[in-house]
Amino acid sequence: MLDKTAEKRKNIISFVCVLAFLILVLILDQVIKPTSKMFMLLTVLQKGSVYALAAVSMNLLNGFTGLFSLGHAGFMLIGAYTYAIFTIPDKARDVVYQYYDASVRFSIPEKLGNSMGPFGTVLGVVIAVLLAGLAAAIFAYLIGLPVLRLKSDYLAIATLGFAEIIRAVFQWSKLGPVTNGSNLLKSFERTSTFKGVLFGMKLKFATFVPVLIATVSITLIVLLVNSTYGRAFKAIRDDEIAAEAMGINLAKHKMISFVTSSFFAGVAGASMAMVLSIAQASNFKSAMTYEILLMVVLGGIGSISGSVIGSMLFVAASEWWLRGLDSGTFLGINAPGVFRNGFRLVVFSVIIMVVVLFFRKGIMGDRELTDVIAGWKAKSKNKKGVTDHE
Amino acid sequence: MNKDVILSVKDLQVNYGGIEAVKGISFDVHQGDIVTLIGANGAGKSTTLKAIVGLVKTKAGSIEFMGENLIGQNSTAIVSKGITLVPEGRRVFADLSVLENIKIGAYLRNDDLTDDINWVYDLFPRLKERSWQLAGTLSGGEQQMLAVARALMSRPKVIMMDEPSLGLAPIIVKGIFDIIKEINRQGTTVLLIEQNANMALKTADYGYVLETGKITLSGKGSELLVNEDVKKAYLGK
Repeated sequence: MLDKTAEKRKNIISFVCVLAFLILVLILDQVIKPTSKMFMLLTVLQKGSVYALAAVSMNLLNGFTGLFSLGHAGFMLIGAYTYAIFTIPDKARDVVYQYYDASVRFSIPEKLGNSMGPFGTVLGVVIAVLLAGLAAAIFAYLIGLPVLRLKSDYLAIATLGFAEIIRAVFQWSKLGPVTNGSNLLKSFERTSTFKGVLFGMKLKFATFVPVLIATVSITLIVLLVNSTYGRAFKAIRDDEIAAEAMGINLAKHKMISFVTSSFFAGVAGASMAMVLSIAQASNFKSAMTYEILLMVVLGGIGSISGSVIGSMLFVAASEWWLRGLDSGTFLGINAPGVFRNGFRLVVFSVIIMVVVLFFRKGIMGDRELTDVIAGWKAKSKNKKGVTDHE
Repeated sequence: MNKDVILSVKDLQVNYGGIEAVKGISFDVHQGDIVTLIGANGAGKSTTLKAIVGLVKTKAGSIEFMGENLIGQNSTAIVSKGITLVPEGRRVFADLSVLENIKIGAYLRNDDLTDDINWVYDLFPRLKERSWQLAGTLSGGEQQMLAVARALMSRPKVIMMDEPSLGLAPIIVKGIFDIIKEINRQGTTVLLIEQNANMALKTADYGYVLETGKITLSGKGSELLVNEDVKKAYLGK
C-alpha cells in the first residue's frame, strides 16, 4: 500500500537523485576535454536533454491528455527564433542580417549585462528563454482555438499543417528584417560561451545549462501531471464523455494542456538553438516531430521517465554508439565495404523494430522510474508490491 | 405539491444524431424521491438524461432545477449546481486508480474530501479494498459501484443513473438497487433509467413510461407494476 509517508520518501529520493545528477553533469563538464573520446558523452547529454524536454512536453499532450498533435517542430521553431532574435548582440546584427535591415535591435542579455554586469547577462538569457516559451504558447493558443475542436487523426493533420505553415512564414523574405528570411540566425548567446569563475576555477557550463533547463522544465511538467489538472487530463484521455459528465470543462483543459505543452516545446527550441549555436527554420521539419514522437513511443506513452530514457537512448545511439557503422569500424570489426554512409540508419531501424516488438508499450510502459524502483524494493522485502495491479 | 419539485422538465425536444430522439416530454422529479423512466431501446431515455446534464443540446422546451432554467448551460455549471449523471456502460477511467476515479468525481469541489471518500468507501467496502487498483481491472459490478461512487463525490442533490443494471448478473443487480435505496434514504434524489422495468418499478416512488420519444404513461411505481399495458410491454407477463 502506498501511503503518504511512502509518497513523501519517494519524492525526497527523486529530488536527491536529480540533484546528484546535476552535480555529476557539472563535474563532467569540467573534467572531459574536447579532445577526449568521452567528449561524445557531453554532446549526447546536450542534445539528449533538448530532445528529452521536447519529448516530455509532447507526452504531456499525446500521452497524458490523449490529444494526438504533430505540431511540435513548429512550436520549437518559434522558441528557437524568439530566443535567437532577442539575444543577438547589437554589433553582430548587421553581419547576421546581411541581406536585410534588421528591425529588432534589442538584445536582452546585452542590455541587462551593461547595466547589471554578468548577473544581468544570465538574467537576460533566462528572460529570453521564457519569452521563447511564451511566444510558442501564444501561437498555440491562437492555433488551438479552431484546431482543438478536432479529434485524433484530424487533429494530427491540422497541427502538422500549422507547423509547416509556421516554418514557411518564418522563411518568407518579406519577414526578413525580423527572421532573416531563409538564412540562419547565429552569433547569439549559446551554451559554449557560458563560462564562469568560482573560487579561482574557470567553470564551463556547455552541458550543464541545457541539462538544467530540461530538468527544471520537466520537474514543472511532473508537478502539473500530478496535480488535479493532471488528473483531469488523464480523465479526458480515458473517456471524454465521462469526464464531461463529471463537470470537467473539455475545451478549457485541452487548451491548458496544449498551451503548456507548446510553452515547453518553445523552451526546448530555445535550448536547441543554444546548443547548436544556430537557428534555422529549415531544420524544424515535420521529420523532427516524428523523431520526437518516436522517442515518446519508444520510452512509453504516458511515462515521463520513459520519454527521458527514450530520447537519451535515441540520441546516444544515433549520434555516438552507432557512428562506427557509417565510418568503417564498428565494435572492432573493420568492414569499410558494408559499414559506410547510411548503414547506421538500417541498423537503427532494425533496433527500433526489435524494441517495439519486445516492449509493446515502450520501454517503461505507463510506469515511472520511481514506480519500478519501488516495485523492486517491495519485491526484495517480500512485501505486498505496489505494482501488482492484477 | 409543486413546492418540492426539484427537477422539472417541460416539453423537452432533443435531436440526437440527426433523428428526433425526444419529442416533447414533460415530467417532474420530487425532492427525496426515486423516479424512474422506463422504456425500450431507442425510446429517448438516455438522451433525456444527457440533455439534463448538458451533454447534448436541446431543441426546445425547458429544464428547471430548483427553479432555475438549465437550458444553454454547460455541464460544468450544471454539475456544480448539484446534478450528476452516472453514464451508461459505467465509463470509469480505466487507466486511473479507484481512488483517482473517486477524486475526479469531486473535481469541481475545492474543500476537503476526506469525509466523503470515507462515506463512499463505507457504502462500497469493496472499493476500499481496491483503492490502488486500476479501474480497468475491476469486474463489471465493481466498475458500476465505482461509477456511482464517483458521481456521489460531487455531493449531488439529484443523481441520475443510466442503466445501472446493464450487463450485470442478477445478484449484483440486486446489490446495486439496494445501494440506490440506501443513497436515497440518506437524502439524495434519484432519477433512474432502466430496461429492467420490474426492478426499477419495485424500487421507484414514481415512474414514467417512455415510448419513441413520448411519455405514454405515468404513475406510482407500485401502480405501474400492476398496470396491464406495462405488464404486457415491459414485464413479459
